[in-house]
Amino acid sequence: MDYETVIGLEVHVELLTESKLFCSCPNRFAAEPNINTCPGCLGFPGILPQLNAAAVKKALTAALALNCEVALYSYFDRKNYFYPDISKGYQISQFHVPIGSNGYIDIKDDQGSTKRIRIGRVHMEEDAGKLVHSPAGDTSLVDYNRAGVPLIEVVTEPDLRSPGEAKYYLEKLKSILQYADVSDCKMEEGSLRCDANISLRPLGSDALGSKTELKNMNSFKAVERSLEYEIRRQRDILISGGEVVSQTRRWEENSQKTFAMRGKLQAHDYRCFVDPELAPIQLTAEEVEEARRNLPEQAEARAARFVKDYKLPGYDAAVLTVSRSLADYFEACLQAYDNPKTAANWIMGELMAKLNTAGIEVDRCSFTPASMAELLIMIDEGLISGKLAKEILDQSFSSGKSPRRIVVEENLVQISDHGELEKVIRQMIEKHPDSVENYRAGKTKALGFLVGQAMAETKGKANPQLVNELLLRALES
Amino acid sequence: MKLHENTAVVLSQLLAKKEVSAIEVTQSFLNRIGDLDPLLKAFVTLTPEFALKTAAEVDQKRINGKRLHPLAGVPIAIKDNICTEGIKTTCASRILSNYHPPFDATVVSSLKAIGMPLLGKTNMDEFAMGSSTENSAFFTSRNPWDPERVPGGSSGGSAVAVAAGMAPLALGSDTGGSVRQPASFCGLIGLRPTYGRVSRYGLIAFASSLDQIGPLALTAEDAALLLGAIAGYDRLDSTSLPEDVPDYSKELGAGIKGIRIGLIGENVDQQFDPEVNAAVKRKLTMLEQHGAVTGEVSLPLTDYGLGAYYLIAPSEASSNLGRYDGVRYGYKAESRHLEEMFSNTRGEGFGAEVKRRIMIGTYALSAGYYDAYYLKAMQVRTMIRRNYEKAFQSFDLILGAATPTPAFKIGEKSDDPLQMYLSDVCNINDALAGIPSISVPAGLHSSGLPMGMQISAPPSGEKLLLAAAHFLDGQKRGVPQRPQLEIGEGGSK
Ligand SMILES: [Zn+2]
Repeated sequence: MDYETVIGLEVHVELLTESKLFCSCPNRFAAEPNINTCPGCLGFPGILPQLNAAAVKKALTAALALNCEVALYSYFDRKNYFYPDISKGYQISQFHVPIGSNGYIDIKDDQGSTKRIRIGRVHMEEDAGKLVHSPAGDTSLVDYNRAGVPLIEVVTEPDLRSPGEAKYYLEKLKSILQYADVSDCKMEEGSLRCDANISLRPLGSDALGSKTELKNMNSFKAVERSLEYEIRRQRDILISGGEVVSQTRRWEENSQKTFAMRGKLQAHDYRCFVDPELAPIQLTAEEVEEARRNLPEQAEARAARFVKDYKLPGYDAAVLTVSRSLADYFEACLQAYDNPKTAANWIMGELMAKLNTAGIEVDRCSFTPASMAELLIMIDEGLISGKLAKEILDQSFSSGKSPRRIVVEENLVQISDHGELEKVIRQMIEKHPDSVENYRAGKTKALGFLVGQAMAETKGKANPQLVNELLLRALES
Repeated sequence: MKLHENTAVVLSQLLAKKEVSAIEVTQSFLNRIGDLDPLLKAFVTLTPEFALKTAAEVDQKRINGKRLHPLAGVPIAIKDNICTEGIKTTCASRILSNYHPPFDATVVSSLKAIGMPLLGKTNMDEFAMGSSTENSAFFTSRNPWDPERVPGGSSGGSAVAVAAGMAPLALGSDTGGSVRQPASFCGLIGLRPTYGRVSRYGLIAFASSLDQIGPLALTAEDAALLLGAIAGYDRLDSTSLPEDVPDYSKELGAGIKGIRIGLIGENVDQQFDPEVNAAVKRKLTMLEQHGAVTGEVSLPLTDYGLGAYYLIAPSEASSNLGRYDGVRYGYKAESRHLEEMFSNTRGEGFGAEVKRRIMIGTYALSAGYYDAYYLKAMQVRTMIRRNYEKAFQSFDLILGAATPTPAFKIGEKSDDPLQMYLSDVCNINDALAGIPSISVPAGLHSSGLPMGMQISAPPSGEKLLLAAAHFLDGQKRGVPQRPQLEIGEGGSK
């Protein structure tokens, strides 16, 4: 029998706000535990939550960017359970009325045609802290830096049919939320987290099979792999006449397998009820319309603008707008440098290669847009050669030093002084009489050799065009 | 007259005229506490040095000619569920028995800014759950009118302190009668303000949608002064009312001419002490004789209030008290693993009544019970609110008994939670409706104990409530009735 895969995703995204959802602690990563905390997010008795209006705005923007209907009246509930990483004995979340519902994202499916993935709900909630277990396993410590950070949870309907579609969906979701300036969506850093529900059913059936919930995937690739693994596992069970147990399973990156965590039978009863310490969220139709009007430009619109404003080829525009941070980088570079096509070539070529090798995203790299502009200006000024520029980029990328500083510190300015170069060329002609004869005998290859020797003599700093020119003149005189 | 026998308003006048210093006033109350508190046990924590330091600062400011609030230098006692920075705040619970909050409640900041010396933190039922202070993890406070009887609760310690002259004013908190019921048992004025009128920031939550901080005082005038000092919008409390605070002390003597007052018909039919019913009727007649327009008002859902309250309040409590897990602060039990840490800490840290309410609330919110209990109770709450709205179309004030009986004996109801819950029956509906309500003395019972009457007003109707209470104060010819406490040389009786 053939089976159809049914997948739904629950994605948690951290909102880009200055402060936490219910207190004024900074919403920022900190290495030192419990540094971004106050009596409020530590759950001290007597403290009351104060809703961060900026977080509501971000959530509203997200709901609109994901084509949701917006609830003008919504409120927060408490989800009660005991665990040390929540500081109040409950998590504040929108359980009964989410701010957004009935939205969708259009993605390309495995066949390359457009497919609409329905989004059931977008709701706000606060993040939990983190448990840190001692290596010996005898103590656990809690870090509440993340406790109270504003999140939205984006829940799809079970519309995804393959691991590939799940990956496309995540990429599109990430792009939309990044462009909407809602979140930086970095799965590796935990600002985007994804749980997946997956079940199999006989092809042609409408009923849903018993599903498993997958957790602990730390990259889009891991989501795809865990789904692929789970399809094989469930298919094997079904083919051998068994039944899939409805349960939560944990993806283990090392073994590339999923393992059962807990059965649904022991699932929590969260005893959700409206949080009596928070006023309801009341939006006006005007506020929603204003937010809709002010929705930031999305990838497609930006690519079109790049073609129109910067005269970039469509391909370049598409590559540069693949993520908001890359598009931002490109435009920031153009603030100080006025040749869009050259900038595009260097970003798409050298810079992206470096980023891929280093495995980081452009907004985390120390080679800033200003450095890129500086580098390209030095090439245009004839101060450095393109080849040298690549080496400088390498250095700047790892050290964070500005290209101009590297050139000065390492005395890399290109030699374009005629007198100085003529001296070097005379030396080369005297040193390699064979090559001179070969050239004069019509073996033009010898010219390249002599240029190379001159470049080596100047440790690569000679202006190669000028060396070429002067050498020809010297040989033909 | 000894200094500690004066009302806050009289003390304020003596201080303003520089006839006494804040140090002298504070010292006289500290002496009185030294004499009586070993017997009456109103205080969990005493803060004499802090009180005298505040008093000295006020005296210095007065000498320097600074403008001072009328209550500057007038001491106060504060219920032990209101956070005081660096001063132990226990909620009369083992789980917080050594808890020192790192911040002040908004009301405490206000009193500090005025310069009111803090005498100490008063005893209460654990987490404000109870009507007698018998649920305190530490000890039971005693009624100054008869030390064999309870002072009421949960703000029992605050009521004892004021009634016995150990403090001229006190703050309590009222979730379902916890200010008004002890005021009635101790012969005091106890005011529950409109929900949101006084900031709850720093009040350790029992049931957040019901909790309100309110004053306990000897007279309506004193209560008005204290309410004015603590009322107002607070951005730290999302449920705070964004309304201006009127001058509650102004026009207190406006009288009750033409005011429409309705007597709750339903209360009279219940199993109340006949003397209480008679006392309430007497007061109504008195009001009528002085120009009030009186009638009977029907609040048919009165009976359902108690049931709704004992579902809503425990539901919220079961969630509010989830944070006491031994991880961050408070009591932490010995344990071998996580689950055990939670259950031992809470098992050993909470008393029986707190556990009972956590369990009731947990059931009421559980899947399969939520609709039948919590949701239904919330619907009843809405209906009760509508009932009041309707009643207030015909009446400006609603009047009834503050408690069905005078103070009961210690131990009399402590084994029967239902009987104990019934002692709040007069106070709960106002709390559910979020409306202001005041308990005023209604004379002495044949047993010699005080009886209380309760007056309620529409939201933000505190001014009218206080004017009516002030009028009734005046009918007693000025001097509030006080318990007769004999004190021997240098000690308690
Ligand atoms: Zn905080």
